[in-house]
Amino acid sequence: MQAIKMKKQAIEWLEIGPLEAIPKQGARVIIVPEGNIAVFRTVDDEVFALRDRCPHKGGQLSQGIVHGKKVACPMHDWKINLDTGVAVAPDEGCAASFPVRVEGGKVFLSLTPGDGCPGDHV
Amino acid sequence: MKEKLVLVGNGMAGMRAIEELLALAPDMYDITVFGAEPYGNYNRILLSPVLAGEKGIQDIMLNEESWYAEHGITLHLGKEVTRIDRKRKQVMASDGTTAQYDRLLLATGSNPFIIPVPGHTLPGVIAFRDIHDVDTMLAAAKEHRHAVVIGGGLLGLEAANGLHKRGMKVTVVHLVDTLMERQLDSVAGKMLQKSLEERGIEFLTGASTKEIIGKNRVQGVVFQDGREISADLVVMAVGIRPNIKLAKESGIHCERGVVVSDTMQTYDPSVYAVGECVQHRGEVYGLVAPLFEQAKVCANHLAELGYARYVASLTSTKLKVTGIDLFSAGDFTGDAGTEDIVFRDASRGVYKKLVIKDKNIQGAIAYGDTIDGSWYLQLMRDKTDISSIRDHLLFGQAHVGDSGHGGSSAVMAMSDNAEICGCNGVCKGTIVKAITEKKLFTLEEVRAHTKASSSCGSCTGLVESLLSSILGGDYSSSPAKKPMCGCTEHPHDEVRVAIREKQLKTIPALMRALEWKTPDGCNKCRPALNFYLLCAWPGEYIDDNQSRFINERVHANIQKDGTYSVIPRIWGGDTTPKQLKAIAEIAEKYDVPTVHITGGQRIDLLGLKKETLPAIWGDLAAAGFVSGHAYGKALRTVKTCVGSQWCRFGTQDSTAMGIQLEKMSWGAWMPHKFKIGVSGCPRNCAEATIKDFGVVAVDSGWELHVGGNGGVKVRATDFLCHVKTTDEVQDYCAAFIQFYRENAWYLERTAPWIERVGLDYIKQHIVEDAAGRKQLAERFYFSQTFAQVDPWAARADGVDAHEYVPLKRVG
Ligand code: SRM
Ligand SMILES: Cc1cc2nc3c(=O)[nH]c(=O)nc-3n(C[C@H](O)[C@H](O)[C@H](O)COP(=O)(O)OP(=O)(O)OC[C@H]3O[C@@H](n4cnc5c(N)ncnc54)[C@H](O)[C@@H]3O)c2cc1C
Ligand code: SF4
Ligand code: FES
Repeated sequence: MQAIKMKKQAIEWLEIGPLEAIPKQGARVIIVPEGNIAVFRTVDDEVFALRDRCPHKGGQLSQGIVHGKKVACPMHDWKINLDTGVAVAPDEGCAASFPVRVEGGKVFLSLTPGDGCPGDHV
Repeated sequence: MKEKLVLVGNGMAGMRAIEELLALAPDMYDITVFGAEPYGNYNRILLSPVLAGEKGIQDIMLNEESWYAEHGITLHLGKEVTRIDRKRKQVMASDGTTAQYDRLLLATGSNPFIIPVPGHTLPGVIAFRDIHDVDTMLAAAKEHRHAVVIGGGLLGLEAANGLHKRGMKVTVVHLVDTLMERQLDSVAGKMLQKSLEERGIEFLTGASTKEIIGKNRVQGVVFQDGREISADLVVMAVGIRPNIKLAKESGIHCERGVVVSDTMQTYDPSVYAVGECVQHRGEVYGLVAPLFEQAKVCANHLAELGYARYVASLTSTKLKVTGIDLFSAGDFTGDAGTEDIVFRDASRGVYKKLVIKDKNIQGAIAYGDTIDGSWYLQLMRDKTDISSIRDHLLFGQAHVGDSGHGGSSAVMAMSDNAEICGCNGVCKGTIVKAITEKKLFTLEEVRAHTKASSSCGSCTGLVESLLSSILGGDYSSSPAKKPMCGCTEHPHDEVRVAIREKQLKTIPALMRALEWKTPDGCNKCRPALNFYLLCAWPGEYIDDNQSRFINERVHANIQKDGTYSVIPRIWGGDTTPKQLKAIAEIAEKYDVPTVHITGGQRIDLLGLKKETLPAIWGDLAAAGFVSGHAYGKALRTVKTCVGSQWCRFGTQDSTAMGIQLEKMSWGAWMPHKFKIGVSGCPRNCAEATIKDFGVVAVDSGWELHVGGNGGVKVRATDFLCHVKTTDEVQDYCAAFIQFYRENAWYLERTAPWIERVGLDYIKQHIVEDAAGRKQLAERFYFSQTFAQVDPWAARADGVDAHEYVPLKRVG
């Protein structure tokens, strides 16, 4: 991965496994000391990564039902946008989202959250 | 080359059909529309407010001419179609304009009936049907003083009210004594007349018109009994006749209206018809609600989807005279077989009457307080068995104890901090605030914004009452059909019919065939569809794990901290030291934080890490346990008592009976969870009478009970029947379960299901129809041959392994 050795701001991509390892309309969990990350795969093979913690009461988003570009939290049914990590209105809050990319059937993840969700205290 | 569709009749029903069609199949047809009136399509209903000066013509336009252009529709305004050449498949208008069609849609509405008394053709004698009539009335109101409205029905009274507001002196002439006698009984009719008289409208009832007099313009009306009154304007509102002239002359079979089938086709299969011109199963309709349902069905077939059916509609009426609340639905006259329940509060000017036949509401009238009109209508539509709530009915939905708030004072009277939704702790004040400030109109919106009624749903009744008391008449809690969810127009039943008729066997296929609005549904519809398909095609349908709620996807209950609980099946609640030892050892081996004796006579191991589940299940399987499905919309527990084996009162071996039933039904997926109880005598220690299927042993055999529910809203079972042998108990149970699986809506437990369809309906199929019962039972046994595979053992052997391990560990 050429991205790895570059200037300061360079994103560090971490290979987490083949795309097939994540079920369509499903998610898998990456165990991270700072807080687990859920990696989602939509029906048309888009991949997104969010902190695996619901902005409502911390439910595990990875366990929810994935539909469209959203996941429904299994605890109290908040809907979270997979691309932004922001809760679907009228609910308010967000889960930090992490850069992901798929190359040659492999999924790469960055552990540095995008700045879309300041609330993500780790 | 696109097919050509021609619509004759640019009105409310026809154009609704076109709009529905465009939504389903935007570019399937070249569409041409003929309209005799010189305007685009407008909302005829609102002519009354226009006449009363509360609205302007521009406010009531539905499709401006520009709309037709934008949608590539050829529009011929002010052109009446006078001929249909069905051989050449061509229509011709009065001015010679012609158009070819592959399919033709007739929506010619109806003509107002004009009593052919002498003088009925004089200038100043008109009907109340279209914009032209309204213009005539407004003109008359400017120059003239005296208006006579012939006919005291909905239309006549709205005309009278309008003309009165425009400053005319109005007399309403009515043949019989009761106004709106087709919608109101004499009591309500009189109350209505009184309040209209207070506004200054005069009435002449029991008067039949003999002649309209006048030289070059109407000057007065003369009656059979010799009475005479002066008039410069006479509005005839004595009824309408379906406009079938064109269809008749073209040789299309007509009776009172153009006769159509359930698919809205006339006797000529390439000619469809909708609206007031139509006669369906002997009925003609004069209100928009049923016409819009017809339009939907018609569009469904024009788009060649071909599964929708039009079934006769139940209509309701509201009088659009500002300040007068009046609701009427169904047959309120009743007969020998019916009984009335009536509520009257003269001081408040409130009158309510419900006509009950057997266990259902057959007709309803509400005057002065119509908040519960839509609720009554829904109860009628769903044929809800109201025996249990009949004493509260007249006091309105807010009083019905469907929420543990039962019997409490009317919802508006509750204090702002009264908790409405127990699940989400939402108080009345919060809901009212949301409705008013955020301008919410529907239950769905309130759910989204406040979460009230979004969980167990038991406070729905209260929330709906709040909506209707705040929004008044505009709010209707009872659309003709309630769609499954936001992803589709189709209600549950329609989807299940389509699954069978169109042989739909996967979720994507179903969503394509039924035009789902979202790419892959949502977490409301997908689990439902997954169950419906599973139930329809046993052994054939491949279960879609991603459409199951987490508990069912991983076969354990997720807990608030993300750990899981495991409840092995303990057949009939009977266990052995060996089993208990096994569980004890397993609990120790995995140091399970909590071991709990459940309310279902089983043992719950709580607080387990997801990763360890398959291993535990392996050990449990080795010790002979299978999943208890405590996590599933499935057969849960079968509670039993010790019965005749030990108990001095026991009449039969209830324990063995329970075990037999559990062995038969374990593993079955259901619309909701399903619980069984078997007691050895009427003392009923197994609480069989609050179970979905309850069995109570008696000396002479077994009593079967159905539709019980503990939990949120406790409901005791209904007695189904008495049987002699254990095998009968099993077959009745199997038949009942299968009937529930095939008919209930997803997430509808047996208790609300039976309250919706009524016990008689269940009895017909399970008790009275022996052959049907046998087939139901056989269908259940067949599907069980595929269902009774222990999901735990399978996962211990590696099935769905990815569900239980993380994809990767970092640091
Ligand atoms: C474990 C248990 C409580 C206990 O420790 O005794 C239990 C635990 C739960 N019940 Fe229950 N119910 C348990 C017996 C009952 C009973 C009593 C019975 O079955 O005899 C009832 C009332 C009887 C009935 O269902 O009609 C009961 C009525 C409910 C309800 C309300 C159902 C209703 O129709 O109103 C819910 C909520 C729901 O299902 O939507 C519920 C939901 C739940 C859930 C699944 C909540 C959830 O979604 O996580 C709880 C899961 C905890 C867990 O992980 O184990 N539980 N629950 C009982 C397990 C029985 C078993 O062995 O399988
Ligand atoms: C004043 C008033 C108040 C009403 N209030 C209510 C109410 O509160 N609630 C309710 O549910 N209903 C109400 N209705 C009834 C409702 O408006 C009708 O049921 C509905 O409009 C019927 O729709 P339709 O398409 O069948 O007929 P229409 O809406 O009448 O459409 C038929 C159209 O076809 C045209 N047409 C006929 N023959 C030809 C031809 N040969 N060629 C070309 N065009 C032709 C006509 O000019 C007309 O424009 C009211 C009606 C009126 C008049
Ligand atoms: S009653 Fe049932 S649902 Fe409620 S907390 Fe107890 S176990 Fe959970
Ligand atoms: S924790 Fe996610 S909805 Fe409550």
